[in-house]
Amino acid sequence: MMHFLLLFSRQGKLRLQKWFLPLPERERKKIVKDMTTMVLARKPRTCNFLHWKDLKIVYKRYASLYFCCALENQDNELLALEILHRYVELLDKYFGNVCELDIIFNFEKAYFILDELLMGGEIQETSKLSIVKSIEASDMLQETMEEYISKPAF
Amino acid sequence: MSDVVEKTLTALPGLFESQTGAAKITNRLRQLIKSITELTSKHEEENLIKRELSAIKEQVSSPNTTMKQMREIMVRAMYCEMLGYDASFTYIHAIKLAQQGGVLEKRVGYLAVSLFLNEGHELLLLLVNTVLKDLQSTNLIEVCMALTVVAQVFPKDMIPAVLPLVEDKLSHPKEIIRRKAVLALYKFYLIAPNQVQHIHAKFCKALSDKDPGVMASSLHIYLQLIRESPDSYKDLTGSFVTILKQVLGGKLPVDFNYHSVPAPWLQIQLLRILSLLGKEDQSTSELMYEVLDESLRRAEMNHNITYAILYECVKAVYTIHPKAELLEKAARCIGNFVLSPKINLKYLGLKALTYVVQHDAKLALQHQMTIIECLDHSDFTIKRETLELLFRITNAQNVTVIVEKMLDFLCYVPIKTLTFAPDNSWFIQTMNDVFSIGGDLLQQDDPNNFLRLLAEGKPEEDDQLRLYAVESYLTVLKGHTSHLPQCFLQVMSWVLGEYAHLQESVDRREVIRLLTQLLDQRSVSSETRVWILSALTKIPEGQTDLILDLAESLSSSQDTVLRQQAQELRHLSQDSQLREWVLVENSCAVDSSLSFLDGFVSEALAAGAAPYKPPHQRQEELSLNLEPYSFSLPVSLSSCSITDRQSPTLLSVSSGLSGNSAELSTLILEGVKRVWGKDGYLPQKEATAPPVDEPSAAVQPASQQEAAERIEPRPEPSTQNQDKQQLASSLFVGLGVGSSVSLVRKLFYDGFTASLRGNVMDCLEARSTSVCHYALLMDDPHTNVSLTGTVSYQTQPGHTNTLPFSGTLSTADFIRPLVVTTEEYGKLWLSLSHDVKQNLKLLTDAGDPLRTTLNALKDALQLHVVDIIGSEGIVACRLLSGAPCLLHCRVNGAALAMWLRSPHPALPDFILYHCQRALAHH
Repeated sequence: MMHFLLLFSRQGKLRLQKWFLPLPERERKKIVKDMTTMVLARKPRTCNFLHWKDLKIVYKRYASLYFCCALENQDNELLALEILHRYVELLDKYFGNVCELDIIFNFEKAYFILDELLMGGEIQETSKLSIVKSIEASDMLQETMEEYISKPAF
Repeated sequence: MSDVVEKTLTALPGLFESQTGAAKITNRLRQLIKSITELTSKHEEENLIKRELSAIKEQVSSPNTTMKQMREIMVRAMYCEMLGYDASFTYIHAIKLAQQGGVLEKRVGYLAVSLFLNEGHELLLLLVNTVLKDLQSTNLIEVCMALTVVAQVFPKDMIPAVLPLVEDKLSHPKEIIRRKAVLALYKFYLIAPNQVQHIHAKFCKALSDKDPGVMASSLHIYLQLIRESPDSYKDLTGSFVTILKQVLGGKLPVDFNYHSVPAPWLQIQLLRILSLLGKEDQSTSELMYEVLDESLRRAEMNHNITYAILYECVKAVYTIHPKAELLEKAARCIGNFVLSPKINLKYLGLKALTYVVQHDAKLALQHQMTIIECLDHSDFTIKRETLELLFRITNAQNVTVIVEKMLDFLCYVPIKTLTFAPDNSWFIQTMNDVFSIGGDLLQQDDPNNFLRLLAEGKPEEDDQLRLYAVESYLTVLKGHTSHLPQCFLQVMSWVLGEYAHLQESVDRREVIRLLTQLLDQRSVSSETRVWILSALTKIPEGQTDLILDLAESLSSSQDTVLRQQAQELRHLSQDSQLREWVLVENSCAVDSSLSFLDGFVSEALAAGAAPYKPPHQRQEELSLNLEPYSFSLPVSLSSCSITDRQSPTLLSVSSGLSGNSAELSTLILEGVKRVWGKDGYLPQKEATAPPVDEPSAAVQPASQQEAAERIEPRPEPSTQNQDKQQLASSLFVGLGVGSSVSLVRKLFYDGFTASLRGNVMDCLEARSTSVCHYALLMDDPHTNVSLTGTVSYQTQPGHTNTLPFSGTLSTADFIRPLVVTTEEYGKLWLSLSHDVKQNLKLLTDAGDPLRTTLNALKDALQLHVVDIIGSEGIVACRLLSGAPCLLHCRVNGAALAMWLRSPHPALPDFILYHCQRALAHH
């Protein structure tokens, strides 16, 4: 089970945070700080995994953005990398050639997509088609509202 | 902010203007983000966010704010919170938004709630009604949102309120709702297993759901259930196997494929479940052998996801009741992982090895050199995983080496951190870990170095670090302290005594209380007590009552040192003048340049003394580098065991040998080098023994093989690798003796680019002499190869003698003439790719300079002069059973223009080098 998922920039700016287990605010801030320093300090050509306390940190950099998640010991690191990748694919499909700015300016959309992919720290839906469909369905409602009429189709 | 962002920002307005309505909504957020990116300092950002938050505050409390505006405000509030600022006044509005807004507002409201409110936040109670309403909504999207938020934030005590409704959703006609309901129930199960016990039957329905997504979600619950009590679910094994077979057979819809692998997540989940079910259960395991085999077979594609599946598969194979055939396949898979150049796969391979060595320690042997390499890997994660693996193969024989390695690793941490610590918290945290794990086994210097680092920093810069240390130690001391090593306690008490006053928010009494608490613990050594008392002495006055109490209680202590310190403490705390005089803050001033010795030094120099040199410089001057600068290749034939040269009948494992001994003794020994004399072994260059491709006909193949197995040549390309080899033999000692031969072969193929191959040519036996021949082959040429090794033999059973030997070989020793005709030479020349040209010295002292020069080369280097036509000559040679090299020589004025070609990229260079040397020596 995934404990948390963080997206942060190369400068260590947090772009998205998802916590699957309840943690006090202070603890969260500390974790975010630990993760950014640890992951950003990694040299190139090292593996994408880290040990942190009794968790395993799996991270991957996509352009200027780091995707970083924490797993329990029995979880499969490679699979987690693919979850991150699938998330990127979904973002890409939704935003169309996604970049960091899309996520900065539409971070709530990024959360909605994540909520369709993962639930309670476990993968919820692996079919890209289904996820896009359900996001579409939610956005369809927006289309009925006048302010979203001009929203480009994805 | 980077240029790219800057550029994109300028392009943004156009993007947003195209979305008229949405643009208005996100406008404020856009402005906020944009202005933040333009700021240069943290301080400016703080001010900006402060302004933003007060604007938000105003807006949310205004009665005129519409829900639509509220949604936009909420997004801004979420953004501020993400930046780390407190926007807690908006929480209640987030709940309101979820309650009262339309679907769009609800969505943002729920998102804000799930981001803002933790399980256990009191405001969550206000959400229950909203969630209940939405769960019953006819709008699918509202139901989905409600289920998502329930799974995200609902605490234990609120589950009963929504449970019946969530349970109902298991039979909802829409699969997305069923799926989310299953996952919400899974979450409930994790938080409060008792509350969902009655719905197990419904989980079963979810498992047989016609939608694969719902079925896959239910596996999360089953994995958890089976992990807790595998025996209750054995009857489901058949179903899981069938599902996995269907997945493997591609029966699922195509959109479940991930990079053309069918439903990998589902596969992995099933593999995990199967391994739990088959554990220590032969009959259940038998049901899954076939599908596991298929799974191993199918996962061939070279993509990360297939490796993820393979890894789980291997784990499953090793967890269930063993089946030899599967184990073999799985072991091969691990090999692919471990030997992979991709570092992630290597990591996973190490992990898999760590797992499987618990079942079969011999598997580590095949990969010992890789493991040794990983132990020195620059990546910390890999290193750590390797240590984990070593830890699993620890046995009575290798325990000391492994523990030493682990401590090396531990001590490596502080040294590393001293120079590269990315930030204070990490540094202190790491040091805490090191101290508490490494504890008293650390070298004495480590705590001292650490304290010095803390103490020597400039006050302004390093106060942060000290503050953090104080804070972190107080937390540590508030916890359980009895297990902490003494050195850690000492470090902590020193830091607290020295720097507790920096932290204003810390109550002095609390510090004193924590330290005195330590004194009461029986496990604390008297040395540590002294440290603690010194710390207490340093804590500024004002808490006289506590100190006096303490001094009082210690004054009857049996330890005289403590008693004395307690007395001092009492006096100091009562006499503030004395105290000020004794404990001056920052009193230590060390003259590290030793300037007070200047006079003495100049006098001594004037009197003719040699100037001071630092130790490292002295050492440099003393030790001469006798080694060639590159390509030093010691070869160790480290474990040649020639048993019993006195009496062949006592040979161990040598039925083949003894059987042949009569025949062998009739061999004509002419031409065979005598390496054994009366005095034992005569060190000789064995490598120049007969070429390997022309084996002596008299040698019996059987004995050859037998000897090869008993005498294990261990060829290595460099000193470093020799160390590794030694390390390997000390690490892997005691793991499956029988397989050591294949191991040696393996070693050689794994990982070495340059290598020498050793094989016993023959082993001749007379009554008192054994002659062993090795042929060493050079795969990759090197200027020099040094050869070291030992021969061990037994004169009496149980009494082993060891003789070391060594020698140096150069490429020249491995060069053999290549006999070809001019036509063959021409053909070969055209087919070779790597060439080198160089002018060499021409020997001009005789009548025919070209011929003289070539003959000199031929004599020195065993070349074959193919032909000489006019001023050109062609010469051929080869590496001993290796690559050929062709030389084309032409007289060019006073020089010899040499053109070399070979299929091997490096060989021409080496031959050229030796030619130059040969001519120079001539």
